[in-house]
Amino acid sequence: MNSPIEVNRTAKLFINGAFPRSESGRSFPVADANGKFIANVANATRKDARDAVVAAAAAQPKWAGASAYNRGQIVYRIAEILQGRKAQFMAELNDAGVKSAEKQVDQAINQIIWYAGWSDKLAMTVGSSNPVAGPFFNFSNPEPTGVIAIVISEKPPLLSLINQLCAAIVSGNTVVALAPQSAPLISVSFAEVLATSDLPAGVVNLLTCDSDEIAFWLASHLEVDGIDLSGVSDSELKTKLEFEAAINLKRVLRDFDDGYTAMQSWLEIKTVWHPQGL
Amino acid sequence: MKFEYAPAPESTSIVNIKSKNDLFIDNEFISSKKGSRFITINPATEEVLAEITAATDDDVDLAVTAARKAFKSWAKLAGAERAKYLFRIARIIQDRAREIAVLETLNNGKPIRESRDVDIPLVAAHFFHYAGWADKLEYAGLGSNPKPHGVVGQIIPWNFPMLMLAWKIAPALAAGNTVVLKPAETTSLTALLFAEICQQADLPPGVVNIVTGAGDTGRAIVNHPDVNKIAFTGSTEVGRFIAQSIAGTKKKLTLELGGKAANIVFDDAPLDQTIEGIVNGIFFNQGHVCCAGSRLLVQESIHDELLSLLYQRLELLRVGDPLDKNTDVGAINSAAQLVKIQELAASGEAEGANRWSSSCQLPANGFWFPPTVFTNVSQSHRIAREEIFGPVLSVLTFRTPDEAIAKANNTPYGLSAGVWTEKGSRILEVTSKLKAGVVWANTFNKFDPTSPFGGYKESGYGREGGRQGLTAYLFAGENE
Repeated sequence: MNSPIEVNRTAKLFINGAFPRSESGRSFPVADANGKFIANVANATRKDARDAVVAAAAAQPKWAGASAYNRGQIVYRIAEILQGRKAQFMAELNDAGVKSAEKQVDQAINQIIWYAGWSDKLAMTVGSSNPVAGPFFNFSNPEPTGVIAIVISEKPPLLSLINQLCAAIVSGNTVVALAPQSAPLISVSFAEVLATSDLPAGVVNLLTCDSDEIAFWLASHLEVDGIDLSGVSDSELKTKLEFEAAINLKRVLRDFDDGYTAMQSWLEIKTVWHPQGL
Repeated sequence: MKFEYAPAPESTSIVNIKSKNDLFIDNEFISSKKGSRFITINPATEEVLAEITAATDDDVDLAVTAARKAFKSWAKLAGAERAKYLFRIARIIQDRAREIAVLETLNNGKPIRESRDVDIPLVAAHFFHYAGWADKLEYAGLGSNPKPHGVVGQIIPWNFPMLMLAWKIAPALAAGNTVVLKPAETTSLTALLFAEICQQADLPPGVVNIVTGAGDTGRAIVNHPDVNKIAFTGSTEVGRFIAQSIAGTKKKLTLELGGKAANIVFDDAPLDQTIEGIVNGIFFNQGHVCCAGSRLLVQESIHDELLSLLYQRLELLRVGDPLDKNTDVGAINSAAQLVKIQELAASGEAEGANRWSSSCQLPANGFWFPPTVFTNVSQSHRIAREEIFGPVLSVLTFRTPDEAIAKANNTPYGLSAGVWTEKGSRILEVTSKLKAGVVWANTFNKFDPTSPFGGYKESGYGREGGRQGLTAYLFAGENE
């Protein structure tokens, strides 16, 4: 007996916890490493990106207000769900031409757990109690920056995605991320992981698109508070985006060197003073 | 019967101002080859104090070259030895504290009481604090091998000339960087005095270089290809321009920019203490404070009572000769700043707010503006949105805590805020919801070298003070 005809997945955007097509109705085809057609992927527009920013901004206060323990558990659950879909991600990484697919998925799972544990420790390592010279109680605490735009690096596809997203969300930021055009399906599948991980709607919004085009609209968007440009390989474009980001003094991450430094890029230190006395 | 204060002027005989001032490069005062000179004045009298050099691109290049040459050995010097230089500087500042305070007041216009009791003690404290960091960098949270950036270009404003110099230079040097610093063009004199202090401390040549001048000199520092990091305190407009200028380079940047802080007073606030806090929040340093509490948010039920107490208190402020030890409010720093304050105050009246000004007598010469309060201010008024940077308070009202928080955060700035209430849980909730880098609860305008200071949103990024301020001058090297 012949195997039944496969039911193909429609590859859509991930905005505010839902999977819409692009408002424009446009898409682009994706092929595997051998050139065989796999799917038509939604091609997000400026309008989609702006909708995603609205969703991210609306979700941010509540996500930041969740307890660090709660955020840690939700990020940990992302790893749980990814573990269950390991075979799917290995196959998709293989399709995208990645040789060490299993190693990358294993690393990705470990990395998510590493971030999950940071949620209730950042305040200890970057915050402080300050011995000021006077009768005051004075302490400094980290708070999330707000809405972070992320241009995901092409390589390594899954690990970059996870590092860049987790470094922002673990502390209470929300994200609009642009998938690389060379491996968009990894992001589409990862959005499905996020959708089943108890992550509140709007905390991560993932767009498949021509990221060179859409990144400009995020860099110049006044409700975006920070931008991770580590996935932009064209140096001229990167300069232009950094220039645009200055319009509202966005925090800019030029290169993703390590997770701890990146997490701190999306934190603001708040210092509170109060007099002490009877 | 009313007793008048007798004047109690601080003597200026302690300062010795050179009539023509050069640049401080590679441990020498050198004259610019092509640079012109401009005059600097006492804003309280408009008397000319001295001529200052406007450093050219070539001068800045010379300074950066000297800093680069010095960087190698300064960064390599044992931290404990760098510390000793910084401790030495802190001690010389204490030795010469009165001289520095008088010079600061002469050139800036701030009351001697503030320069003597706030600015200069904090300057010494900053050097003392960061001196102790120099041999403890591996405890800064950047791994076992933290590295300095290299040559740091630093550009500071005119409101706290010597204090801003200390905030910039002390952590930079402790971390092993060398610096090229530009003071503001209206207040260069204490920076040049600091250059002399570096000589007295026998600081190695090129570690600190002071280039005077205006915007063009600052631009030359920002655009110099051999500068590794820029640290700037000033307006959001210039900060944005700097961020754009370094786009696409490897230069690091920290910015401490403007503010429009909300000072929130709840109906259970201790009123007498609150009045002192409001006054300190907006009239300290003539309101030339980026973190000034310039928007007073008062709970509606106590608005009238609070305002009448505030007016009574403001009538008692002594405005005038900054060198008089009785003076509370000194001179506006420049004619240009006075015009800006006057223009914004006029817009407040034109847009429908009610203006109240202290009936104090203002001196005939110099630049002066009386302590002023606007009531009936709405959020759309320019005086509620724009940084006035002068002794002008805009009063708005609220009914619920949520409304207070929403109004406080309704600004692109996010440098500071204040909260006045006797309720502890409310303090913690409100302070956690304010989008501001420094929140003073039942106090205002307090500063300390151990306490990180800096903004959210368009008030800039990076912190100054404490461990967090130190890390702005370091990066994590490969672990050893």
